Amino acid sequence: MIDVVSSLLIVAGVGFYLAGSIGLLRLPELYARLHALTKADNLGLGLLTAGLMLQSPDLLYALKLLLIWLAVLAASATSAHLIARHARRRETRP
Amino acid sequence: MNPVSLQLFDVLLLLSIVGLAWASLASPDDRRSVILFMALGLLLALAWGRLLAPDVALAEAAIGAGLSGALLLAALREQPRREAPGATEAVAKRGSSRLQAMTQWVVTLLCAGLAGILGWVLMHIFAGPPLDRLTQAVSANLGVSGVSNPVTAVLLNFRGYDTLLELAVLLTAVLGILALGPGRAGYQPAGPIFDALARSLAPLLILVSAYLLWVGAHAPGGAFQAGATLAAAGVVLRLAGRQRIGLPPEGALRLVMTAGVGLFLAVGLSLLLMGRPFLGYPPAWAGALILVIESAAMLSIAATLVLAFIGGRLPAHGIPAAEPATTRREAITTAAAPERGGEEESGC
Repeated sequence: MIDVVSSLLIVAGVGFYLAGSIGLLRLPELYARLHALTKADNLGLGLLTAGLMLQSPDLLYALKLLLIWLAVLAASATSAHLIARHARRRETRP
Repeated sequence: MNPVSLQLFDVLLLLSIVGLAWASLASPDDRRSVILFMALGLLLALAWGRLLAPDVALAEAAIGAGLSGALLLAALREQPRREAPGATEAVAKRGSSRLQAMTQWVVTLLCAGLAGILGWVLMHIFAGPPLDRLTQAVSANLGVSGVSNPVTAVLLNFRGYDTLLELAVLLTAVLGILALGPGRAGYQPAGPIFDALARSLAPLLILVSAYLLWVGAHAPGGAFQAGATLAAAGVVLRLAGRQRIGLPPEGALRLVMTAGVGLFLAVGLSLLLMGRPFLGYPPAWAGALILVIESAAMLSIAATLVLAFIGGRLPAHGIPAAEPATTRREAITTAAAPERGGEEESGC
């Protein structure tokens, strides 16, 4: 039962990664690409982490995985912000 | 897991590694090359993980992908972006292009030869009887090493000499970096969002490095991985525009830089005085001695890597921010900060 749930979560996470990657390749402009990539990948990694947490042998292991996800969330949100701000400044520069 | 799918994964991984290496070398834009190189480092870490060498995977991810990438990007920041080759450059290039092409061919041939020899050696290793005498020797003596992680046992106990000399190499490297003079200009204070990230990331990185050091006794981890993670905290603080980036004042910094080699040597020599071989720890103390040496080594490694990222000495008053100002507000803040190179002659 746990195996089935965790597999479903991981497959769903991979689906989000796929969508994010297609968005990165196909969307027309930088902001849209960033939007697709960060949102989809953060959720994809979250689902992946949840799937792996179900497989972890003890609580500490699961908490470490959760910590990794939170750290990636913070880092990717910040880097998306930095890239978007840089692009925006470049636009407004005379 | 199905071994066929794993094999498929391995083939994909290998193809991506070769493809990324090629793309990184072939890219005309230096910045893009560095980013591709960092992605290559992450995939290499994954490959080390697949080879069941998690210690190397951790080191590759932290040093090969993370810090090397940061160092390369910092070096690129110093030089102006490469312009498209203009008319004058094209004329200047024509003379040297034949020489360049020849050099490229020679280097390519040498690399191909090296790859061939390596492949031949590898084939012989796999074809011959398994060479696991060393593995057996390590596992037979793991009990007296003071740790239960065989990699740490080899690095800090059985082959302690090698690690001592590696730390000496690092110390020599940092002396060279310090001889370059004052470091590169710092960064503008970061905006609120990156500042908040740096504020929470730096303590987390310090905690993770302490964890990696501690866990190295019985699981993958150790001084090099921990030192690289600690250095990452310094890199984040520098990027966020902090002045002292977490480094202690000059005198203490020198102590930290030499602590790794110094403590290692001190332990080895005092064991000699006690009538034991150099670095031959008594089994009862081995665990504690390894932890002490590794803690000092971690601090030295982190200080070395952070100083490499700065690219020189840390001025006594911290690092003044760089001058390129794109908006008026930033121009005013930089004008208040001291110009680079002016008053950095103090210290050291």
